[in-house]
Amino acid sequence: MEALAALAALTGDEAKAASAAGSAGFAYGLAAIGPGIGIGYLVGKSVEAMARQPEAAGMVRTTMFLGIAFTEALALIGFVVFILIGL
Amino acid sequence: MSTMTTPDPMTTRLEGEAPEISVSLDILKRGAYAAPVIVAVCAVFAGLDGVFSSLYGMALVLVNFLLAAGLVAFTARISLGLMMGAVLFGYLARLGLIFLAVILVRDAPWISLTALGLTIIVTHLGLLVWEMRYVAASLAFPGLKPRRPAN
Repeated sequence: MEALAALAALTGDEAKAASAAGSAGFAYGLAAIGPGIGIGYLVGKSVEAMARQPEAAGMVRTTMFLGIAFTEALALIGFVVFILIGL
Repeated sequence: MSTMTTPDPMTTRLEGEAPEISVSLDILKRGAYAAPVIVAVCAVFAGLDGVFSSLYGMALVLVNFLLAAGLVAFTARISLGLMMGAVLFGYLARLGLIFLAVILVRDAPWISLTALGLTIIVTHLGLLVWEMRYVAASLAFPGLKPRRPAN
């Protein structure tokens, strides 16, 4: 209730800044979910492949590492949008 | 009829050299080559603030790669299950570290958030694509990358 009252007391510019910060944080959170699911799936399948065929582990690990880094780029893009809008 | 069993990922561990470390060191080397170009571009549109911000952004990206590779290499020697957990929680931890690193300098007089943000994205993606070309070529044509005989 106090938070709602504080929000209601904001002036135009303050309200705009507060809503921009809130939206940016929300967007960053959403942008981190997708890569999290993607990395989990990618690493899970890689572990399965390495357990089945340890002799191919080197190749699997290399591609897994690059895949993790590419997937993480999505979260970084969300983070950059967050710092450009919200900070 | 024989049945094939899959080894338990919780107890399987990987010995030997860690390819992630060599990939990330290679990315570090390429980052050093690309740094002057990125810094010069940021200097053109954001001045001295752009120079400092782009250097900071590049350092963040390269440390992020090294941390990720170190985590995978260290935990893969213990167990594949641990490696999976470390990658997932490491993803969260590294995002948190980047967040903290940017929050700490956001009010610094030398920071340009636009230059910092663009440097993070461009460096991360650019270095990855550059490295991927090399990795893809060496995986597809291993004969092009001869190794020294063991003895």
